[in-house]
Parts: sequence; C-alpha cells; structure tokens
Amino acid sequence: MKTKIYSNAKDACADITSGSSIMSGGFGLCGIAENCIDAIANLDIKDLTVISNNIGNSGRGLVKILIQNKISKAFCSYVGGNPDLEKQMFDGSVQVELVPQGTFSERIRAAGLGIRAFYTPTGYGTLVAEGKEVKEFDKPCILETALHADFAIIKAQKGDKYGNLWFKETARNFSPLMAMAAKTTIVEVEELVELGDIPAEDIHLPGIFVQRIFQGSNYKNDIEFLKVEEE
Amino acid sequence: MTWSKDEMAKEVIELFEPQSSVNLGIGLPTLVAQYISPDLEIMIHSENGVLGVKGRPKKSEVSPTLINAGKETISIKNGASFFDSSLSFGMIRGGHIDYCVLGGMEVDTERSLANWMIPGKKVTGMGGAMDLVNGSRCVIVMMSHFSKDGSSKLKSKCSLPLTGVDVVDIVVTDYGIFKPSEGKFEILKLASGINKEDLKELEIYR
Repeated sequence: MKTKIYSNAKDACADITSGSSIMSGGFGLCGIAENCIDAIANLDIKDLTVISNNIGNSGRGLVKILIQNKISKAFCSYVGGNPDLEKQMFDGSVQVELVPQGTFSERIRAAGLGIRAFYTPTGYGTLVAEGKEVKEFDKPCILETALHADFAIIKAQKGDKYGNLWFKETARNFSPLMAMAAKTTIVEVEELVELGDIPAEDIHLPGIFVQRIFQGSNYKNDIEFLKVEEE
Repeated sequence: MTWSKDEMAKEVIELFEPQSSVNLGIGLPTLVAQYISPDLEIMIHSENGVLGVKGRPKKSEVSPTLINAGKETISIKNGASFFDSSLSFGMIRGGHIDYCVLGGMEVDTERSLANWMIPGKKVTGMGGAMDLVNGSRCVIVMMSHFSKDGSSKLKSKCSLPLTGVDVVDIVVTDYGIFKPSEGKFEILKLASGINKEDLKELEIYR
C-alpha cells in the first residue's frame, strides 16, 4: 500500500524544482514549516514563486531562501518587519504582489474548494483594484480569482499517517487553506501519531488534502516579540 | 496639553459598547488592550486567528504559538477560540466585528484612510487593514495629529495610496476626537487646554 509517510524534509521536498510555486504556512514565524524551508534552502533551484503572508520575518523563516535569490515572485500581505523583502522589492529582484490578507486567505481557500473567483469590497478604490472588474452590490466590489500552487509546505503540531492534522493555538492561520489549494501538500509535524489518536471531531484538516507527511525535528519555534505581564 | 499615547488609548475605549468585539491593529492600537476593563466583557479579535485575547502572558505561560497579529506573545481568556485565517477574515468581512482600531498615515474629510505605503520610500503592506476598514461596523483610526515635519495627518484629501475609500468613522489623535462627515472633520472633543486654532488647517474642521 502506498504511504504518505516520508522519512525527512529532504526526501519530501526533493521534487521541488526551479519555477515551482510554493505556498508556505505560518503567520510571521508562528507555525512555519522550519524543516521544509531548510530543505529548500539546500536545493539548487531558482525562480520560485512563493505565496506566504510574510515571506519570513526578522531575517528568519523564508528569508533564508529569499537571500539566496531563489525567489523571483512573491504573493504576500505584509512587508513590515521584513527588511530583506523590502530591499529586494525596491531593487526589482523579486516581483511582489501585495494582496490584502483577507483576500489572500480567501483566494487560497477558493482554490482548494473549487471556487474560481469571488467579489469582495476589500480593496475597492485602491491600487489593489487596478485592472479588476468592479460590480455594484450593496456597495462596489472587485473580482478576485483563486490562487493555486504546485506545493504547500505546512507545519502542524500533530498529524497521522492519513494526514489528518491538528494545529496548536494560533499556529493554524493559513496552513489548512494552503494545504487544500496546492497540488502536492507536504506536512511536517511535531508529533506523528497513530490513526485515531486525534479524535475525529477535533481534526482541523482532514487528511484527504495531504500528500506527504513526516516527523519533523529540531524545532526552534522562534518568538518575534516576547511580551510578558509585568509582575 | 495633548494626550499621551496612554490617554489616547483610554479615549478609544470610551467609544466601545460593553460586550462588543474589537480588532486592534499593529502598533499604537495594540496599547488599547492594556486598558480595557474586564467588566466591559469585550472580546478582542486578532486577525491571525484568535477571538478572546486577554493581554500579556505571565512569564511561565509564554507560548511561541500564541501570538497576536503584531507577532507579540499574548494570553487568552475563558471563552476564547482559535480558527484559520479565512474564518478570521470572514468574521471581519462579514460584519461581525464591531470596532476596529487602526493606525494611520493620513485620513481625509471624505472618510478615506491611507496607512500602508509611501511610494518610493516605504512599503509595510496592507496586511488586514483593507479588509478591516471595509468589514468592521465602526472604523476608528488612532494616530498622532501631526507628522514629524509638522504637517497635519488629517487632510481635505489623502495624497498617499489609499487603504479604503469612505470608510473611517472616528479619528482619535493626541489633540482630540474627530468625525469626518460631509466634507469636514466634526470636532467631537479636544484634549484639555487644546484650542481649535492649535489644529492649524482650520478650514477642514467644523
């Protein structure tokens, strides 16, 4: 029987090639696929299209791949906190499409769920609306299309061999949406568990959307801004 | 005297109905969370996927997977929930968030906001701001009244790329509280000791 289980990130990411489009889960550095990012950093490839809310942050995460000049196009919603991306955006080495975050997540969700396009008021009257169809509902809305990718690299707290996933706290963010939208979804988990260990009603993403899964290792789980209650 | 940042945060809270849902933007608006009394029973939403933010965690309770949209560690209160980004923005776009508080670079008398880029100089990106201004039931902009070069950030017309058109309900600055409507800023309140003349471009106020 064919298995979805891979032994490590290197094997799971081996067929990512130059020109591939990759969705990468995580909000800032929270919930990013650390092992997959490192594996891609070790591949001799270029001209990647990367779809990720932040394209890394504070010199970490996807910034590892960005500063290797492997990314030629990026879709994201936020550049703040990522000076490397801002620099490559201004010098033209990366073509950046800034997408409002709600439209970003919905375009990805739409791709995974078979919706070709949708109308949203977000971005009407701004640079985001340029060249897009406008239609008047209760208020003017713009037409946005689904956003697909060849690969998604996803990190979950727990997953089983079918690919059922459970995310911890706010680490869920874009990950289940991206897992649905990509042709090949690669998942790394902190805990690879047995079928049935995650109660069926607690599964955040059913395994039907997952093609590959492996037990991750050496997680840093970096905190960007540590704020604690003053005692 | 102009209001301090903390005083501005308290003025923003005065605008909230009890038991409402509130989204606080990155930067200055984050400060608002510090002063919300538990008695108000307000549910703070953060667009990265949490409803029911409490505040800062105790040192022993810090979790790298529990953050707000500003990527700061947070704690949650009983009744909180986690969800994915699509559901989070569904709450926003669907009109379920009562108030959003956003930082601003410019607001104009036509109720438009600019807060995501300065062409050729700086790009922070819009993040969730474009969704928030179009979806939240009440849009509050919290910012300093004047920029570092002394020019008013309240304008007759924004010059920077817009975040949203005809979306701003209330502006809270260090000088007072203003409501853009019918081509002017209505002065709702001024900080004590501040006069209308201190606002400089008097023609945009009513």
